[in-house]
Amino acid sequence: MNSGSKPRHPPVEDWATDFDHRDPSWVENPYPIWDELRGRCPVAHSKRFEDGAYFATRYAEVREIAYDAEHFSSRRVIVRERKVPTQPAPPITSDPPEHTPARKLLLPAFAPQAIARLEPRARALCRELLDAIGSAKTCDAAVDYAQHIPVRLIAHMLGVPEDDGDLFRRWIHLVLEVGNSDETVILPALQEMSAYFMTEIKKRGTQRGDDLISFLLDAKMEGQPLSDPHLLGTLRLLLIAGIDTTWSGIGASLWHLATHPEDRRRLAADPSLMPMAIEEFLRAYAPVTMAREVVKETTVGGCPFKEKGQVLLSFPAANRDPAVFPDADRVIIDRAENRHAAFGLGRHRCLGSNLARLEMTVAIEEWLARFPEFRLAEGARVTWSEGTVRGPRSLPVVLGIPWNFV
Amino acid sequence: MGTSKVIRVRVDSARCQGHNRCCSIAPELFEADELGNAHARGDGLVPTGLEAKAKLAVANCPEHAVRLTHE
Repeated sequence: MNSGSKPRHPPVEDWATDFDHRDPSWVENPYPIWDELRGRCPVAHSKRFEDGAYFATRYAEVREIAYDAEHFSSRRVIVRERKVPTQPAPPITSDPPEHTPARKLLLPAFAPQAIARLEPRARALCRELLDAIGSAKTCDAAVDYAQHIPVRLIAHMLGVPEDDGDLFRRWIHLVLEVGNSDETVILPALQEMSAYFMTEIKKRGTQRGDDLISFLLDAKMEGQPLSDPHLLGTLRLLLIAGIDTTWSGIGASLWHLATHPEDRRRLAADPSLMPMAIEEFLRAYAPVTMAREVVKETTVGGCPFKEKGQVLLSFPAANRDPAVFPDADRVIIDRAENRHAAFGLGRHRCLGSNLARLEMTVAIEEWLARFPEFRLAEGARVTWSEGTVRGPRSLPVVLGIPWNFV
Repeated sequence: MGTSKVIRVRVDSARCQGHNRCCSIAPELFEADELGNAHARGDGLVPTGLEAKAKLAVANCPEHAVRLTHE
């Protein structure tokens, strides 16, 4: 999903005073940068973003910021070059006290019991995608497989056509990637999304189905139906948050297995390792970096945070902190103690975490059942997404049993 | 272990944010409510043989909401 028109950013000279999460070296491999910062400047700063941006690399400070809604507001959840007018998408952009009811009304739809019911559909759609790959000797595991799974499942949940995936992915690319440097693309994309959902709402009229749009149309918050802006904001959130995040998690897991044959063979041979392996992939390749805005001056980790500053809230960096995770930069697929923060910490814990885990688990299980042997294609150029969500957007692999390759 | 000790698990509902890690690791000991937040099954008593799972549930809770008590 390259736009081809991304503005270039000057190269970073010093990550501590001039960090840029859009820099090609960060996008390619951010982990050495975070390790360096953790050692010499655990809270970095950058003037490349309006009102300045802060970036904490240690688990302790990330946790402190995530828990502190008094000083750090969720009204901006993406660090952008220029601040755009805030676009409420409750509950992710909500602070207390509005946050609690906006979240509570959604929780039952994403609770473990509700999500478990989606497993047959998830498994069937993974198999459909694998059938389409068929007996090909090569494929792009991100393009042909990972990207379709969350799109189709969230479409299924919302009750909209599963074939509208290209449309959804384009909006997400504009809002989460292009928009970080070119804010003019954001509002039109959000308006298109709202128009799309208005059409779906009109289609339903007074009829209700077993889908999330119907659920939200009937939902009451403190006794009142949701306002249109609240309803549309939440629907946009469910679409944006549920797609490239999990697509990235599935893709990064497959990237790991394609490049670590010993882990791949071990996992294929012993499926009982799967739950621990999925948690470890979530820790090591956590796709989602959130943001906050400083609303009251404070100090965290000995560093002053000035009002209006943007904060890059990197759960992926926290997950690589050796103070909390021994051998943090090693992927240990049977890591038993793994208090990772891939789904955030505190009141904004990812609403879709049970869905994401189901999708990742089913996607990897089904892939390994069909292709226990696979590796990166010779000279493959793996490309990673930029910004808020990190995962492989192109992942060319060679499929099959090694001795059949010749 | 000599004298037998009663071990119980408890979920601090003020801290639990519904990560569901304890329920996945030890479904014998924890269950989720309709919002996805966890609580201990029954009176939280950890039967013999499940002590290791109980400890793992504690060690994997991102919110430090799961506790063990020894009586």
